[in-house]
Amino acid sequence: MTAAEPKIDTESLLLFDNVGLHFDDVTALEGISFEMRAGETRVILGAAGSGKTTLLKAALGLIRPDSGRILLFGRQINDLKEKELFAIRSRVGVLFQEGGLFDSITVGENVAYPLLNRNTDAISMDHVGTKVVDALRFVELEQTVDKFPSELSGGMRRRVGIARAVITEPPLVLYDSPTAGLDPITANTIMALIAKERDSQNAANLIVTQRYQDGQLMANFRYNRTNGHLEPVSGNGGGNGNESNPTHTIFMVMKEGRLVFEGTQMELEASTDSYISKFVPKHY
Amino acid sequence: MRDFLTPPIAALQDFIILAGRAVRNVFRPPHYADDIFLQMDIIGVGSLSIVILTGFFSGLVITMQMSRALAQYGATGQVGQIVAITLVRELGPVLTAILVAGRNASGIASELGSMKVTEQIDAMRALGTDPIQKLVTPRMIAMCVTLPMLTIVSDFVGIFGGFVIARLSLGLTASQYWTSAYQALEYNDIVQGLLKPFVFAFVISLVGCFYGLRTTGGTQGVGRATTQAVVVASVWVFVLTALLTRIFVNLN
Ligand SMILES: Nc1ncnc2c1ncn2[C@@H]1O[C@H](COP(=O)(O)OP(=O)(O)OP(=O)(O)O)[C@@H](O)[C@H]1O
Ligand SMILES: [Mg+2]
Repeated sequence: MTAAEPKIDTESLLLFDNVGLHFDDVTALEGISFEMRAGETRVILGAAGSGKTTLLKAALGLIRPDSGRILLFGRQINDLKEKELFAIRSRVGVLFQEGGLFDSITVGENVAYPLLNRNTDAISMDHVGTKVVDALRFVELEQTVDKFPSELSGGMRRRVGIARAVITEPPLVLYDSPTAGLDPITANTIMALIAKERDSQNAANLIVTQRYQDGQLMANFRYNRTNGHLEPVSGNGGGNGNESNPTHTIFMVMKEGRLVFEGTQMELEASTDSYISKFVPKHY
Repeated sequence: MRDFLTPPIAALQDFIILAGRAVRNVFRPPHYADDIFLQMDIIGVGSLSIVILTGFFSGLVITMQMSRALAQYGATGQVGQIVAITLVRELGPVLTAILVAGRNASGIASELGSMKVTEQIDAMRALGTDPIQKLVTPRMIAMCVTLPMLTIVSDFVGIFGGFVIARLSLGLTASQYWTSAYQALEYNDIVQGLLKPFVFAFVISLVGCFYGLRTTGGTQGVGRATTQAVVVASVWVFVLTALLTRIFVNLN
Protein backbone atom coordinates (compact mmCIF):
# COMPACT_ATOMS: atom_id res chain seq x y z
CA MET A 1 0.00 0.00 0.00
CA THR A 2 1.52 3.35 -0.99
CA ALA A 3 0.56 6.93 -0.21
CA ALA A 4 -2.32 8.46 -2.15
CA GLU A 5 -1.51 10.78 -5.02
CA PRO A 6 -1.48 14.26 -3.44
CA LYS A 7 -3.68 16.94 -4.91
CA ILE A 8 -4.35 20.50 -3.82
CA ASP A 9 -7.75 21.96 -3.11
CA THR A 10 -9.30 24.38 -0.64
CA GLU A 11 -10.24 21.67 1.81
CA SER A 12 -6.64 20.59 2.17
CA LEU A 13 -5.27 21.24 5.66
CA LEU A 14 -1.90 19.60 5.44
CA LEU A 15 -0.01 18.20 2.50
CA PHE A 16 3.35 16.46 2.41
CA ASP A 17 4.82 16.04 -1.04
CA ASN A 18 7.82 13.70 -1.19
CA VAL A 19 9.35 15.13 1.98
CA GLY A 20 12.83 14.08 3.05
CA LEU A 21 14.65 15.16 6.20
CA HIS A 22 18.04 14.24 7.69
CA PHE A 23 19.79 14.85 10.99
CA ASP A 24 23.51 14.65 10.27
CA ASP A 25 23.75 11.02 9.15
CA VAL A 26 20.30 9.86 10.36
CA THR A 27 17.50 9.77 7.81
CA ALA A 28 14.47 10.87 9.83
CA LEU A 29 11.96 11.19 6.96
CA GLU A 30 12.14 9.89 3.43
CA GLY A 31 9.69 10.22 0.53
CA ILE A 32 6.73 11.12 2.76
CA SER A 33 3.61 12.05 0.79
CA PHE A 34 0.07 12.35 2.10
CA GLU A 35 -2.76 14.82 2.19
CA MET A 36 -5.00 15.55 5.12
CA ARG A 37 -8.39 17.19 4.63
CA ALA A 38 -10.83 18.96 6.88
CA GLY A 39 -12.95 16.58 8.96
CA GLU A 40 -10.40 13.80 8.89
CA THR A 41 -8.74 12.08 11.82
CA ARG A 42 -5.33 10.64 11.08
CA VAL A 43 -3.61 8.18 13.34
CA ILE A 44 0.10 7.64 12.81
CA LEU A 45 1.52 4.42 14.21
CA GLY A 46 5.19 3.56 14.23
CA ALA A 47 8.03 2.16 16.29
CA ALA A 48 10.25 4.37 18.44
CA GLY A 49 12.55 6.43 16.24
CA SER A 50 10.47 5.90 13.11
CA GLY A 51 10.14 9.67 12.60
CA LYS A 52 6.67 10.42 13.97
CA THR A 53 7.71 13.42 16.09
CA THR A 54 9.88 14.69 13.28
CA LEU A 55 6.90 14.53 10.91
CA LEU A 56 4.72 16.57 13.29
CA LYS A 57 7.41 19.18 13.84
CA ALA A 58 8.02 19.44 10.12
CA ALA A 59 4.27 19.98 9.61
CA LEU A 60 4.51 23.05 11.87
CA GLY A 61 7.68 24.34 10.24
CA LEU A 62 9.66 23.77 13.45
CA ILE A 63 12.11 21.64 11.48
CA ARG A 64 12.78 22.34 7.82
CA PRO A 65 12.86 19.45 5.34
CA ASP A 66 15.83 18.93 3.03
CA SER A 67 13.64 18.04 0.09
CA GLY A 68 10.00 18.04 -0.97
CA ARG A 69 7.17 20.44 -0.12
CA ILE A 70 4.93 20.91 2.90
CA LEU A 71 1.68 22.85 2.58
CA LEU A 72 -0.22 23.94 5.67
CA PHE A 73 -3.70 25.36 4.97
CA GLY A 74 -2.70 25.47 1.32
CA ARG A 75 0.42 27.61 1.91
CA GLN A 76 3.83 26.25 1.23
CA ILE A 77 5.74 26.65 4.48
CA ASN A 78 9.18 25.34 3.53
CA ASP A 79 10.68 28.70 2.69
CA LEU A 80 8.64 30.98 4.93
CA LYS A 81 10.42 33.10 7.52
CA GLU A 82 9.76 32.33 11.18
CA LYS A 83 7.75 35.56 11.57
CA GLU A 84 5.49 34.61 8.65
CA LEU A 85 5.00 31.14 10.07
CA PHE A 86 3.63 32.51 13.35
CA ALA A 87 0.32 33.51 11.76
CA ILE A 88 -0.16 30.10 10.13
CA ARG A 89 0.88 28.16 13.24
CA SER A 90 -1.64 30.06 15.34
CA ARG A 91 -4.34 28.07 13.52
CA VAL A 92 -2.84 24.76 14.62
CA GLY A 93 -3.10 23.33 18.13
CA VAL A 94 -0.30 21.08 19.29
CA LEU A 95 0.37 18.75 22.20
CA PHE A 96 4.05 17.86 22.43
CA GLN A 97 5.34 14.45 23.41
CA GLU A 98 7.43 15.89 26.25
CA GLY A 99 4.60 18.21 27.25
CA GLY A 100 6.21 21.53 26.42
CA LEU A 101 4.41 23.27 29.29
CA PHE A 102 6.31 26.37 30.41
CA ASP A 103 7.45 25.51 33.92
CA SER A 104 8.19 29.08 34.97
CA ILE A 105 4.52 30.11 34.77
CA THR A 106 1.32 28.72 36.28
CA VAL A 107 -1.06 26.26 34.67
CA GLY A 108 -3.55 29.09 34.07
CA GLU A 109 -0.92 31.26 32.40
CA ASN A 110 0.17 28.32 30.29
CA VAL A 111 -3.35 27.74 29.03
CA ALA A 112 -3.87 31.47 28.43
CA TYR A 113 -0.60 31.78 26.51
CA PRO A 114 -1.93 30.98 23.00
CA LEU A 115 -4.79 33.45 23.45
CA LEU A 116 -2.60 36.27 24.72
CA ASN A 117 0.12 35.67 22.19
CA ARG A 118 -2.09 35.95 19.12
CA ASN A 119 -1.44 39.43 17.83
CA THR A 120 -4.57 39.36 15.67
CA ASP A 121 -7.40 40.47 17.93
CA ALA A 122 -7.20 42.35 21.18
CA ILE A 123 -9.23 40.50 23.79
CA SER A 124 -10.23 41.53 27.28
CA MET A 125 -8.59 39.90 30.28
CA ASP A 126 -12.03 38.88 31.61
CA HIS A 127 -12.68 36.99 28.41
CA VAL A 128 -9.30 35.27 28.63
CA GLY A 129 -10.00 34.30 32.25
CA THR A 130 -13.34 32.74 31.31
CA LYS A 131 -11.85 30.86 28.39
CA VAL A 132 -9.02 29.51 30.53
CA VAL A 133 -11.43 28.23 33.18
CA ASP A 134 -13.61 26.70 30.45
CA ALA A 135 -10.64 24.99 28.83
CA LEU A 136 -9.41 23.65 32.17
CA ARG A 137 -12.91 22.50 33.11
CA PHE A 138 -13.03 20.63 29.81
CA VAL A 139 -10.04 18.57 30.94
CA GLU A 140 -11.43 18.47 34.51
CA LEU A 141 -8.57 20.40 36.05
CA GLU A 142 -10.06 23.81 36.85
CA GLN A 143 -8.79 23.59 40.45
CA THR A 144 -5.15 23.58 39.26
CA VAL A 145 -5.25 27.03 37.64
CA ASP A 146 -2.79 28.59 40.11
CA LYS A 147 -0.46 25.59 40.40
CA PHE A 148 2.81 25.19 38.57
CA PRO A 149 3.21 22.39 36.02
CA SER A 150 5.87 20.74 38.20
CA GLU A 151 3.22 20.19 40.91
CA LEU A 152 1.07 18.03 38.61
CA SER A 153 1.23 14.34 37.73
CA GLY A 154 2.22 13.22 34.24
CA GLY A 155 -1.38 12.55 33.23
CA MET A 156 -2.53 15.93 34.56
CA ARG A 157 0.25 17.70 32.66
CA ARG A 158 -0.88 15.93 29.49
CA ARG A 159 -4.43 17.20 30.10
CA VAL A 160 -3.21 20.75 30.69
CA GLY A 161 -1.29 20.41 27.41
CA ILE A 162 -4.53 19.45 25.67
CA ALA A 163 -6.32 22.46 27.20
CA ARG A 164 -3.56 24.74 25.92
CA ALA A 165 -3.61 23.11 22.48
CA VAL A 166 -7.33 23.58 21.92
CA ILE A 167 -8.12 26.86 23.73
CA THR A 168 -8.03 28.84 20.48
CA GLU A 169 -10.38 26.29 18.83
CA PRO A 170 -7.96 25.57 15.98
CA PRO A 171 -9.25 23.73 12.90
CA LEU A 172 -6.27 21.35 13.05
CA VAL A 173 -4.84 19.76 16.20
CA LEU A 174 -1.65 17.69 16.35
CA TYR A 175 -1.17 15.27 19.24
CA ASP A 176 2.27 13.72 19.75
CA SER A 177 2.02 10.47 21.71
CA PRO A 178 -0.75 11.65 24.06
CA THR A 179 -0.86 8.34 25.95
CA ALA A 180 2.85 7.49 26.10
CA GLY A 181 4.00 6.50 29.57
CA LEU A 182 0.52 6.51 31.09
CA ASP A 183 -1.42 3.72 32.77
CA PRO A 184 -4.30 2.23 30.69
CA ILE A 185 -7.01 4.02 32.67
CA THR A 186 -5.44 7.47 32.36
CA ALA A 187 -4.61 6.75 28.73
CA ASN A 188 -8.28 6.03 28.07
CA THR A 189 -9.35 9.23 29.81
CA ILE A 190 -6.95 11.21 27.64
CA MET A 191 -8.16 9.60 24.41
CA ALA A 192 -11.78 10.17 25.42
CA LEU A 193 -10.96 13.87 25.92
CA ILE A 194 -9.35 14.05 22.51
CA ALA A 195 -12.35 12.43 20.83
CA LYS A 196 -14.68 14.73 22.74
CA GLU A 197 -12.70 17.77 21.65
CA ARG A 198 -12.67 16.58 18.04
CA ASP A 199 -16.42 16.11 17.89
CA SER A 200 -17.40 19.25 19.78
CA GLN A 201 -15.21 21.51 17.59
CA ASN A 202 -15.30 19.51 14.34
CA ALA A 203 -11.54 19.85 14.26
CA ALA A 204 -9.25 17.65 12.21
CA ASN A 205 -6.83 15.63 14.32
CA LEU A 206 -3.42 14.19 13.56
CA ILE A 207 -2.55 11.76 16.34
CA VAL A 208 0.80 10.06 16.76
CA THR A 209 0.72 7.01 18.99
CA GLN A 210 2.31 3.65 19.64
CA ARG A 211 -0.97 2.20 20.97
CA TYR A 212 -3.38 0.75 18.45
CA GLN A 213 -6.27 1.12 20.95
CA ASP A 214 -5.91 4.92 20.72
CA GLY A 215 -6.59 4.84 17.00
CA GLN A 216 -9.32 2.28 17.49
CA LEU A 217 -11.11 4.62 19.89
CA MET A 218 -10.81 7.58 17.52
CA ALA A 219 -12.13 5.50 14.60
CA ASN A 220 -15.07 3.88 16.33
CA PHE A 221 -16.33 6.30 18.93
CA ARG A 222 -18.01 9.62 18.67
CA TYR A 223 -18.89 12.14 21.33
CA ASN A 224 -22.61 12.73 21.66
CA ARG A 225 -23.12 16.41 22.36
CA THR A 226 -26.66 15.99 23.65
CA ASN A 227 -26.01 13.38 26.35
CA GLY A 228 -22.30 14.07 26.86
CA HIS A 229 -21.16 10.47 26.36
CA LEU A 230 -18.79 8.73 24.00
CA GLU A 231 -20.80 6.33 21.89
CA PRO A 232 -19.78 3.64 19.42
CA VAL A 233 -20.55 4.78 15.90
CA SER A 234 -23.04 2.79 13.86
CA GLY A 235 -22.24 1.22 10.54
CA ASN A 236 -18.79 0.09 11.62
CA GLY A 237 -17.39 -2.99 10.01
CA GLY A 238 -19.68 -3.20 7.00
CA GLY A 239 -21.06 -1.27 4.03
CA ASN A 240 -18.93 0.84 1.69
CA GLY A 241 -17.30 4.27 1.41
CA ASN A 242 -18.11 6.62 4.27
CA GLU A 243 -20.62 4.23 5.74
CA SER A 244 -17.82 1.99 6.94
CA ASN A 245 -15.76 4.89 8.26
CA PRO A 246 -18.10 7.53 9.70
CA THR A 247 -15.36 9.21 11.72
CA HIS A 248 -13.20 9.61 8.60
CA THR A 249 -10.29 8.04 10.42
CA ILE A 250 -7.27 7.12 8.37
CA PHE A 251 -4.36 5.12 9.73
CA MET A 252 -0.78 5.63 8.65
CA VAL A 253 2.16 3.46 9.64
CA MET A 254 5.74 4.70 9.66
CA LYS A 255 8.86 2.59 9.53
CA GLU A 256 12.38 4.04 9.60
CA GLY A 257 11.29 7.39 8.23
CA ARG A 258 9.03 6.01 5.52
CA LEU A 259 5.29 5.81 5.25
CA VAL A 260 4.58 2.11 4.75
CA PHE A 261 0.80 2.12 5.11
CA GLU A 262 -2.09 4.52 4.61
CA GLY A 263 -5.69 3.38 4.79
CA THR A 264 -8.76 2.64 6.89
CA GLN A 265 -8.91 0.50 9.99
CA MET A 266 -10.32 -2.41 7.99
CA GLU A 267 -7.46 -2.23 5.52
CA LEU A 268 -4.97 -2.00 8.38
CA GLU A 269 -6.38 -5.07 10.08
CA ALA A 270 -6.34 -6.94 6.79
CA SER A 271 -2.66 -6.17 6.18
CA THR A 272 -0.38 -9.20 6.11
CA ASP A 273 2.87 -7.19 6.27
CA SER A 274 4.78 -8.40 9.32
CA TYR A 275 5.75 -4.91 10.53
CA ILE A 276 2.30 -3.40 10.04
CA SER A 277 0.40 -6.28 11.58
CA LYS A 278 2.53 -6.03 14.74
CA PHE A 279 0.62 -2.84 15.60
CA VAL A 280 -2.73 -4.62 15.40
CA PRO A 281 -3.47 -6.91 18.33
CA LYS A 282 -4.61 -10.30 17.06
CA HIS A 283 -7.92 -10.44 18.92
CA TYR A 284 -9.32 -7.43 17.08
CA MET B 1 41.22 16.62 7.89
CA ARG B 2 38.11 18.19 6.41
CA ASP B 3 35.81 15.90 8.39
CA PHE B 4 37.72 16.79 11.50
CA LEU B 5 37.32 20.54 10.99
CA THR B 6 33.72 20.66 9.76
CA PRO B 7 31.86 20.37 13.12
CA PRO B 8 33.72 23.19 14.93
CA ILE B 9 33.44 25.49 11.93
CA ALA B 10 29.73 24.73 11.55
CA ALA B 11 29.29 25.37 15.28
CA LEU B 12 31.12 28.69 15.06
CA GLN B 13 28.92 29.66 12.14
CA ASP B 14 25.76 28.77 14.12
CA PHE B 15 27.10 30.74 17.06
CA ILE B 16 27.65 33.83 14.92
CA ILE B 17 24.13 33.53 13.50
CA LEU B 18 22.70 33.28 17.03
CA ALA B 19 24.77 36.27 18.17
CA GLY B 20 23.63 38.30 15.16
CA ARG B 21 19.96 37.55 15.84
CA ALA B 22 20.30 38.26 19.56
CA VAL B 23 21.89 41.65 18.87
CA ARG B 24 19.39 42.52 16.16
CA ASN B 25 16.52 41.81 18.56
CA VAL B 26 17.82 44.51 20.92
CA PHE B 27 16.49 47.06 18.46
CA ARG B 28 13.23 45.30 17.62
CA PRO B 29 10.00 44.89 19.52
CA PRO B 30 8.74 43.06 21.48
CA HIS B 31 11.04 43.84 24.41
CA TYR B 32 10.74 41.60 27.43
CA ALA B 33 11.72 44.07 30.17
CA ASP B 34 10.56 41.77 32.97
CA ASP B 35 12.91 39.06 31.79
CA ILE B 36 15.82 41.51 31.58
CA PHE B 37 15.31 42.64 35.19
CA LEU B 38 14.85 39.10 36.42
CA GLN B 39 18.12 38.07 34.76
CA MET B 40 19.94 41.13 36.13
CA ASP B 41 18.83 40.06 39.56
CA ILE B 42 19.98 36.47 39.01
CA ILE B 43 23.33 37.42 37.50
CA GLY B 44 24.11 40.68 39.33
CA VAL B 45 22.68 40.36 42.80
CA GLY B 46 23.20 36.62 42.82
CA SER B 47 26.92 36.86 42.03
CA LEU B 48 27.65 39.88 44.22
CA SER B 49 28.77 38.10 47.39
CA ILE B 50 31.12 35.66 45.65
CA VAL B 51 32.58 38.50 43.53
CA ILE B 52 33.23 40.62 46.65
CA LEU B 53 34.82 37.71 48.47
CA THR B 54 37.15 36.74 45.62
CA GLY B 55 37.95 40.37 44.79
CA PHE B 56 38.97 41.10 48.36
CA PHE B 57 41.22 38.08 48.69
CA SER B 58 42.88 38.56 45.32
CA GLY B 59 43.74 42.14 46.34
CA LEU B 60 45.08 40.84 49.62
CA VAL B 61 47.24 38.20 47.98
CA ILE B 62 48.65 40.42 45.23
CA THR B 63 49.67 43.00 47.81
CA MET B 64 51.45 40.44 49.95
CA GLN B 65 53.32 39.03 46.94
CA MET B 66 54.17 42.41 45.47
CA SER B 67 55.33 43.93 48.73
CA ARG B 68 58.06 41.30 48.99
CA ALA B 69 59.34 42.08 45.53
CA LEU B 70 59.06 45.84 46.05
CA ALA B 71 60.88 45.64 49.39
CA GLN B 72 64.05 44.63 47.52
CA TYR B 73 64.06 48.04 45.85
CA GLY B 74 62.80 49.85 48.94
CA ALA B 75 59.68 50.78 46.99
CA THR B 76 56.88 49.32 49.13
CA GLY B 77 55.32 52.80 49.10
CA GLN B 78 54.37 52.19 45.47
CA VAL B 79 52.36 49.04 46.19
CA GLY B 80 49.02 50.82 45.70
CA GLN B 81 50.00 51.62 42.13
CA ILE B 82 50.81 48.04 41.23
CA VAL B 83 47.73 46.62 42.86
CA ALA B 84 45.46 49.13 41.14
CA ILE B 85 46.90 48.53 37.69
CA THR B 86 46.89 44.72 37.90
CA LEU B 87 43.37 44.62 39.22
CA VAL B 88 41.73 47.19 36.98
CA ARG B 89 43.44 46.11 33.77
CA GLU B 90 43.47 42.38 34.10
CA LEU B 91 42.61 40.48 37.23
CA GLY B 92 39.37 42.24 38.11
CA PRO B 93 37.76 41.67 34.68
CA VAL B 94 39.12 38.14 34.24
CA LEU B 95 38.41 36.82 37.74
CA THR B 96 34.90 38.24 37.71
CA ALA B 97 34.24 36.86 34.25
CA ILE B 98 35.48 33.40 35.21
CA LEU B 99 33.31 33.40 38.32
CA VAL B 100 30.26 34.54 36.39
CA ALA B 101 31.00 32.04 33.62
CA GLY B 102 31.08 29.25 36.18
CA ARG B 103 27.96 30.45 37.89
CA ASN B 104 25.80 31.81 35.09
CA ALA B 105 26.94 30.31 31.78
CA SER B 106 26.15 26.98 33.42
CA GLY B 107 22.87 28.27 34.83
CA ILE B 108 21.78 29.63 31.47
CA ALA B 109 22.82 26.48 29.59
CA SER B 110 21.05 24.15 31.98
CA GLU B 111 17.88 26.25 32.09
CA LEU B 112 17.62 26.59 28.31
CA GLY B 113 18.78 22.99 27.88
CA SER B 114 15.96 21.66 30.06
CA MET B 115 13.52 23.82 28.14
CA LYS B 116 14.87 22.36 24.92
CA VAL B 117 14.57 18.70 25.93
CA THR B 118 11.07 19.16 27.38
CA GLU B 119 10.05 20.78 24.07
CA GLN B 120 9.29 24.13 25.72
CA ILE B 121 11.38 25.85 23.04
CA ASP B 122 9.34 24.12 20.32
CA ALA B 123 6.13 25.04 22.14
CA MET B 124 7.26 28.65 22.30
CA ARG B 125 7.85 28.73 18.56
CA ALA B 126 4.58 26.91 17.90
CA LEU B 127 2.74 29.52 19.95
CA GLY B 128 4.28 32.49 18.17
CA THR B 129 7.12 33.55 20.44
CA ASP B 130 10.67 33.88 19.14
CA PRO B 131 12.87 32.04 21.70
CA ILE B 132 15.87 34.21 20.82
CA GLN B 133 13.88 37.35 21.55
CA LYS B 134 12.32 35.94 24.71
CA LEU B 135 15.27 34.00 26.15
CA VAL B 136 18.60 34.95 24.58
CA THR B 137 18.39 38.72 24.15
CA PRO B 138 17.26 39.46 27.75
CA ARG B 139 20.10 37.32 29.13
CA MET B 140 22.60 39.02 26.87
CA ILE B 141 21.44 42.53 27.83
CA ALA B 142 21.34 41.68 31.53
CA MET B 143 24.84 40.22 31.41
CA CYS B 144 26.26 43.21 29.47
CA VAL B 145 24.90 45.59 32.10
CA THR B 146 25.76 43.62 35.22
CA LEU B 147 29.18 42.16 34.43
CA PRO B 148 30.91 45.58 34.07
CA MET B 149 29.23 46.67 37.31
CA LEU B 150 30.36 43.53 39.11
CA THR B 151 33.86 44.13 37.76
CA ILE B 152 33.91 47.67 39.17
CA VAL B 153 32.87 46.30 42.54
CA SER B 154 35.52 43.59 42.35
CA ASP B 155 38.24 46.12 41.39
CA PHE B 156 37.33 48.40 44.25
CA VAL B 157 37.10 45.65 46.85
CA GLY B 158 40.42 44.25 45.62
CA ILE B 159 42.17 47.59 45.97
CA PHE B 160 40.65 47.85 49.43
CA GLY B 161 42.01 44.38 50.23
CA GLY B 162 45.42 45.67 49.18
CA PHE B 163 44.95 48.62 51.51
CA VAL B 164 44.32 46.33 54.47
CA ILE B 165 47.73 44.67 53.95
CA ALA B 166 49.49 47.97 53.16
CA ARG B 167 48.14 49.48 56.36
CA LEU B 168 48.58 46.53 58.69
CA SER B 169 51.77 44.87 57.54
CA LEU B 170 53.58 47.54 55.47
CA GLY B 171 52.60 50.44 57.72
CA LEU B 172 51.57 52.79 54.87
CA THR B 173 49.16 55.62 55.62
CA ALA B 174 45.76 55.68 53.98
CA SER B 175 46.64 58.71 51.89
CA GLN B 176 49.95 57.22 50.71
CA TYR B 177 48.22 54.07 49.48
CA TRP B 178 45.14 55.60 47.92
CA THR B 179 47.00 58.47 46.21
CA SER B 180 49.44 56.08 44.63
CA ALA B 181 46.61 53.77 43.56
CA TYR B 182 44.52 56.62 42.18
CA GLN B 183 47.34 58.33 40.31
CA ALA B 184 48.48 55.10 38.69
CA LEU B 185 45.26 54.71 36.76
CA GLU B 186 45.10 56.32 33.36
CA TYR B 187 42.19 56.79 31.03
CA ASN B 188 43.39 53.84 28.96
CA ASP B 189 43.31 51.53 31.99
CA ILE B 190 39.73 52.46 32.80
CA VAL B 191 38.66 51.92 29.18
CA GLN B 192 40.17 48.47 28.94
CA GLY B 193 38.95 47.65 32.44
CA LEU B 194 35.39 48.30 31.31
CA LEU B 195 35.59 47.15 27.70
CA LYS B 196 36.84 43.72 28.70
CA PRO B 197 33.90 42.81 30.95
CA PHE B 198 31.53 44.08 28.30
CA VAL B 199 33.06 41.77 25.67
CA PHE B 200 33.19 38.88 28.17
CA ALA B 201 29.52 39.46 28.98
CA PHE B 202 28.57 38.94 25.34
CA VAL B 203 30.56 35.78 25.07
CA ILE B 204 29.50 34.24 28.40
CA SER B 205 25.78 34.85 27.92
CA LEU B 206 25.74 33.80 24.28
CA VAL B 207 27.85 30.69 24.85
CA GLY B 208 25.47 29.68 27.66
CA CYS B 209 22.44 30.23 25.44
CA PHE B 210 24.08 28.56 22.45
CA TYR B 211 24.85 25.30 24.24
CA GLY B 212 21.50 25.37 26.00
CA LEU B 213 19.54 25.73 22.77
CA ARG B 214 21.60 23.01 21.04
CA THR B 215 20.92 20.44 23.75
CA THR B 216 19.80 17.03 22.55
CA GLY B 217 19.54 13.69 24.30
CA GLY B 218 17.37 14.23 27.35
CA THR B 219 18.60 15.06 30.84
CA GLN B 220 22.04 13.63 30.13
CA GLY B 221 22.31 16.10 27.30
CA VAL B 222 21.55 18.97 29.69
CA GLY B 223 24.51 17.99 31.86
CA ARG B 224 26.76 17.82 28.83
CA ALA B 225 25.58 21.19 27.54
CA THR B 226 26.20 22.78 30.94
CA THR B 227 29.77 21.51 31.18
CA GLN B 228 30.55 22.51 27.62
CA ALA B 229 29.19 26.00 28.17
CA VAL B 230 31.38 26.61 31.23
CA VAL B 231 34.51 25.23 29.62
CA VAL B 232 34.07 27.06 26.33
CA ALA B 233 33.08 30.35 27.99
CA SER B 234 36.10 30.23 30.33
CA VAL B 235 38.52 29.45 27.53
CA TRP B 236 37.14 32.32 25.48
CA VAL B 237 37.57 34.69 28.42
CA PHE B 238 41.29 33.90 28.55
CA VAL B 239 41.77 34.03 24.78
CA LEU B 240 39.92 37.34 24.51
CA THR B 241 41.72 38.96 27.41
CA ALA B 242 45.05 38.08 25.76
CA LEU B 243 43.83 39.58 22.48
CA LEU B 244 42.44 42.73 24.06
CA THR B 245 45.49 43.24 26.26
CA ARG B 246 47.67 42.93 23.19
CA ILE B 247 45.66 45.63 21.43
CA PHE B 248 45.73 48.01 24.39
CA VAL B 249 49.43 47.48 25.10
CA ASN B 250 50.15 48.41 21.50
CA LEU B 251 48.00 51.53 21.80
CA ASN B 252 50.24 52.95 24.52
N1 LIG C 1 17.36 16.81 17.03
C1 LIG C 1 17.77 15.65 16.53
N2 LIG C 1 19.07 15.47 16.21
C2 LIG C 1 19.51 14.31 15.69
N3 LIG C 1 18.74 13.26 15.43
C3 LIG C 1 17.43 13.36 15.74
C4 LIG C 1 16.89 14.55 16.31
N4 LIG C 1 15.55 14.36 16.49
C5 LIG C 1 15.30 13.12 16.07
N5 LIG C 1 16.41 12.50 15.62
C6 LIG C 1 16.49 11.14 15.06
O1 LIG C 1 15.50 11.04 14.05
C7 LIG C 1 14.85 9.77 14.11
C8 LIG C 1 13.35 9.96 14.27
O2 LIG C 1 13.09 10.53 15.53
P1 LIG C 1 11.63 10.89 16.04
O3 LIG C 1 11.79 11.66 17.31
O4 LIG C 1 10.87 11.54 14.97
O5 LIG C 1 11.04 9.44 16.37
P2 LIG C 1 9.62 9.06 16.94
O6 LIG C 1 8.94 8.23 15.92
O7 LIG C 1 8.90 10.25 17.43
O8 LIG C 1 10.02 8.13 18.17
P3 LIG C 1 9.29 7.96 19.59
O9 LIG C 1 8.13 7.05 19.39
O10 LIG C 1 10.35 7.34 20.45
O11 LIG C 1 8.91 9.33 20.05
C9 LIG C 1 15.49 9.03 15.27
O12 LIG C 1 16.46 8.16 14.72
C10 LIG C 1 16.15 10.08 16.09
O13 LIG C 1 17.31 9.59 16.69
MG1 LIG D 1 8.35 10.98 19.22
